[in-house]
Order: sequence, then structure tokens, then C-alpha cells
Amino acid sequence: MLDYSEVCTTFSWEAVRASLQGLPNNSGLNIAHEAIERHANGPLRDRVAIRWLGKKDTSLELTYGELQAGSNRFANLLKQLGVNKGERVFWLAGRIPILYSVFFGILKTGAVFCPLFSAFGPEPIAQRLERGNAKILVTTERQYRKKIEPLLSRLPELESILLVDREEKLNEWVLSLPQLMADSSSEFTIPPTDPEDKAILHFTSGTTGMPKGAVHVHNAVLTHWITGRYVLDLHPEDVFWCTADPGWVTGTSYGIITPLLHGVTSIVDEAEFEIQRWYQILEQHKVTVWYTAPTAIRMLMRASADVREKYDLSALRLIHSVGEPLNPEAIFWGQRVLGLPIHDNWWQTETGGIMVANYAALEIRPGSMGKPLPGIEAAIANRLPDGTLQLEGDEVEGELVLRRGWPSMFRAYLHEQERYNTCFVGDWYLTGDLARRDTDGYFWFIGRADDIIKTAGHMVGPFEVESSLMEHAAVAEAGVIGKPEPTIGELVKAFVVLKPGFSASDELKQELIGFGRIRLGSAVAPKEIEFTDNLPKTRSGKIMRRLLKARELGLPIGDTSTLEGSAS
Amino acid sequence: MTEQELQAIIFASLKKVAPESIPEDLDPDENFREELDIDSYTFLQMLVHIGEQTGVEVPEIDYGRVSTLSGMQGYLTARLSSPDSGKL
Repeated sequence: MLDYSEVCTTFSWEAVRASLQGLPNNSGLNIAHEAIERHANGPLRDRVAIRWLGKKDTSLELTYGELQAGSNRFANLLKQLGVNKGERVFWLAGRIPILYSVFFGILKTGAVFCPLFSAFGPEPIAQRLERGNAKILVTTERQYRKKIEPLLSRLPELESILLVDREEKLNEWVLSLPQLMADSSSEFTIPPTDPEDKAILHFTSGTTGMPKGAVHVHNAVLTHWITGRYVLDLHPEDVFWCTADPGWVTGTSYGIITPLLHGVTSIVDEAEFEIQRWYQILEQHKVTVWYTAPTAIRMLMRASADVREKYDLSALRLIHSVGEPLNPEAIFWGQRVLGLPIHDNWWQTETGGIMVANYAALEIRPGSMGKPLPGIEAAIANRLPDGTLQLEGDEVEGELVLRRGWPSMFRAYLHEQERYNTCFVGDWYLTGDLARRDTDGYFWFIGRADDIIKTAGHMVGPFEVESSLMEHAAVAEAGVIGKPEPTIGELVKAFVVLKPGFSASDELKQELIGFGRIRLGSAVAPKEIEFTDNLPKTRSGKIMRRLLKARELGLPIGDTSTLEGSAS
Repeated sequence: MTEQELQAIIFASLKKVAPESIPEDLDPDENFREELDIDSYTFLQMLVHIGEQTGVEVPEIDYGRVSTLSGMQGYLTARLSSPDSGKL
């Protein structure tokens, strides 16, 4: 994209659809066809689609042709296991090569892929498997033994578990994936797929209830395709590296689908962040376009500048970041140390793809989210007492809203129509993020409109954490907030009221931190515990987390007229 | 500082950030961060604790060398026995 304004005026989703191939004989639109089949049946067949880098310095390359065969095998074995269209197949493992065959195999059959983050503990896993009616789970033996086996009685709908790292089955329904793959045919024809057929289910945290399953459909591929072009600026010769884990939406939309749609080579690193390893990957694999997150950038910034100087990053031409607002210092650091500015963009699980971005073709406004994607109408709005929306002009704070109907918009919260409906007012989707728009049309993030915590780029619902802590014998009540922290944005902090007979101590604090880590896993568990005698509550008994946060930050506590115990 | 004292500090620091862990039961050559799902922030907290006890600051560039218990022990021993012990 060379001229943002011009593209915005001439843009049409119909034209985007026309640039995709569609299934043969006009039988619909399937993400797997656009990402894999289209290339595997053409000149890119032998091109490396995925270059996987293992933790122990091993590596593996998968071509588009190999991904076609692998995903066909997985599709066939799902059919043998009796998985029907729309049924959910869950993934609980890290970034390993079989993921790509599993992902596209599921989409080929018309079943739905649902990823879980490997650092979730048994409780978040059980919640999501139950709510998502998991029929099949693909996982590792270690995850199975540590977290799944103890949960089995809660999961009556789960029919088979496929272990990626076992050569033989454990029993009649805990099976060996490599064995099943070997016995499965590599020929498969994608059945007719309606663009509105469900494809992916992503759980995201709620502020008041348990996690919500955002449903995405095959038509989302239009957004994936166009953001790959306009935002990521992918060209066929690019080497692209998205550092996100498939447990989160960035890891599927941009870690799996988008680079393959554009026929590029996608780097996948199995290991966690490590400074020299990351610089080495950028250098050695000549990464040209890099999509990462503020937490990682801030960790790179912490290292002394001479570390970066050891590496040749001359292949790199574009850097993007997502997850939480990137502070201007980080953008300037990119320019100074990496030789390139960092382009921040904004979107969320519900939007399915990037919605607001700083583009290569536009001046970066450091600290801003950027401008809406062509084809996306974004606005700032405030709710009026009668429930309608008032759209605001420039420089007014309000909620960021998007005009409904873009292809990757979530189509439902699974089994929760009411909760879905409350996200919309008229034609507008309410994002829950507060922002403002400047006079040049750039959007600026202000904060969340609700209590959801954003830690290391991931959303954590306070309710889920509070519920889990309250299962500890010593805990009477808990209130959970995001405490600002410079590297990870916010850390999960719990205020705990103890039951009579228990007294506050460092030992108990440690015990609760350990309890949280066991139940919830490290990605969700509180990192800080503070004992308190009472929690501020509304008269209806709801914990006022806003007040807890103000107290934590030493801010004025604002309007407390609805507070329990306040004068009426 | 003896080897045992150093090990006790490492174990205590790990217990501080991951109280549910049993450091004695971990394979000293396994990546304990992976085994216990210790994220970057938590790992940093652990290193801060170790720094307070030993005076050794581990720079980011050396994180790859201290991701196993044996690696950590060896790294700290070497740093403590070098003439500019504790300094970067």
C-alpha cells in the first residue's frame, strides 16, 4: 500500500474476495484452501511454508506440498474418529511442527479449531474444554498426565485425546497421533464450505463471568489476507516471523494463517524469549518482516546496546507490534538500535484481525494505535442514558467502536447470545477499550472500560482468578486487579480477605501464590497477594475493583456513591 | 560461599517465585523455567532475589546460561570466584 487515503476510497470487500481463489466449482470459501491448497497445487508447492526452529537447535522445514499432505492426513483421521462439521477440536501444546497439519486438517473438514495456551493450569483448561464442548483434544503426554487426566470426570463430551509425542496408544481413547497420521490417507477433498461456517474458537477473558468463546468463520480469511497486504506488507519473497503463541489469537491469525495466504516463508520458534536467540534468528534466517509484542521489545531494550551490535539485521525491513500500546520510547529505541521504527497496531480476539494500525506507508505517530484498516469504520462513542450511542468528534475520549459487518468479526460467544448482544448497539461493535481520535484521524488508546487485566499482552479476567482463590480454605473473599508494571504492562495482583481463624503471614501469602499457580497456571495466577480486612463493594455486593486499583495507585477514589456503607 | 549454601539460595529463590515447586526433585539439567512455566517476569524476580543474596547480577545476555539448576549453580560459582565478583 503506497497511498492510504487512496486505498481507503477505492476499497471494497468484494474486490478482496475476488483476489482469493475460493473452493473449486464455486463450492465456497475455506481458509485451508486459500492458505495451503492454492499454493500446493501451483508453482509454490515446494516452497518452504514453515521453517521450524526447535528448542535444542534442531530445525525442520515444511513445504506447502508437505503441509497439504499432512493436513489431509489429519482431516481423514478426524473423519474416522467421527468428528462432524462444527464440532470442536482443541489444541493444548506449544509451537511444534504437527500444529500446522492439525490446524488446517481441522479447517478442511469443517470442524472448529480451539487453541489453549500451554501455561494454563487445569482450571482454565477445564473451563474452556467444558464450555467449548471439546470432542477431541490434541496435546502432549506431559500436559495430559499433569493437567488433563485428573479432569476427565468433568469432561464427558471429550471422546478422544491424541498425544503428539507417543508412538503407541495409552488406551482405547488416549491415542498416538503419529501412529494415526501414518495410517491415514494423504488425499482429501475439502467439502463445500460456506464462508459463514465456523472455523476457529478463541476463548477470551470476561470481566464479570467466566471466559467467553469468540466464534470466527471462514470468511475471516478476507481480513487476514488484506491485513497481510496493507499492514504487514507481505510479499512473496519475504521471510516473516510472528513471535506469538497459537494459544492466543495473534498466534493463529498471524502466526499460522496470514503468512501462508501470502505464500511466504514463516519462521516458528519453539523456544521462549531469549535475547541472543532472537537476534540470532533475525540474522540467520534473514527475517524481513517481524511481528512481535511490547513485552519482548521492552526486554530487548533492557539489554546493553552492544548485544545488538553483534548481529547483522540488514535483511529486516519492517517491524510490527501488538498486544498493548507501545510506548514512544520503544518506538524511538527501535529506530536507534534496530535501525527501524516499530509499527504498533491494535485489535482484539473479537475482531479476528488487525483493525487499527501504523502503516509502512504512513508517518508513525509514536504512542498512537494508528489509523483504521481500509474497509473498517472506527469511531469514538459514548453511551447515552437511554442506551443509545453518541458518536463523538475529534479529541473527545470515549469507547472505541467499529461498524459491524467486517469479515473477521466474531459471530457469537458460544452458547451466550445475550452476552454477544450486549457488545453491540445498533450498527456498532463496542470494543471495551477507551480511546480518542486526533484531528488527523490517528487513534490513541487510553485504557480499558472494564476491569480486564492485560498482562504480557494477554487478557486475564479478574473473576476467574477470584473464583479460584476462593476455593482455598483460608480465603473468604478476593478482589483482583492489574497493577501497572513497566515490562509486562500489568501484573495480576490479588487482595485477599482471610476467613476467621486464619492470620496473615508471609507463609500464607506464598501458599496462595503457589495455589494460584497450580490451579490457574502461570499465565493467569496472581503474582502478588496483599491481605486486607475488607474489599470495597457496591451495595449490591459487587467488588469495586476500580477502587482497589485506585487505592493501589494512590489515586483519588472518585465517585463512591454506590459504595456499600457510604451515606445514601 | 560453599556449594551447598549457593544451592540453598537458588532453591529458596525458586520457591519464592514458584512456591508450589520442589526444587530438590527437579532434574538439575532440565530447563526449570519450562518445567515450572516460569515466565520472563517471574524469572527476573527470581534473579533479583538471587542478586540480593549473592551480590551477583545476571545480565540479560546470560539468561540462556542459567535456565537449568546446574547451569545456574555453575554460572554463579564462576562469577563469585572471579576477581571482580558481583560486578558486571
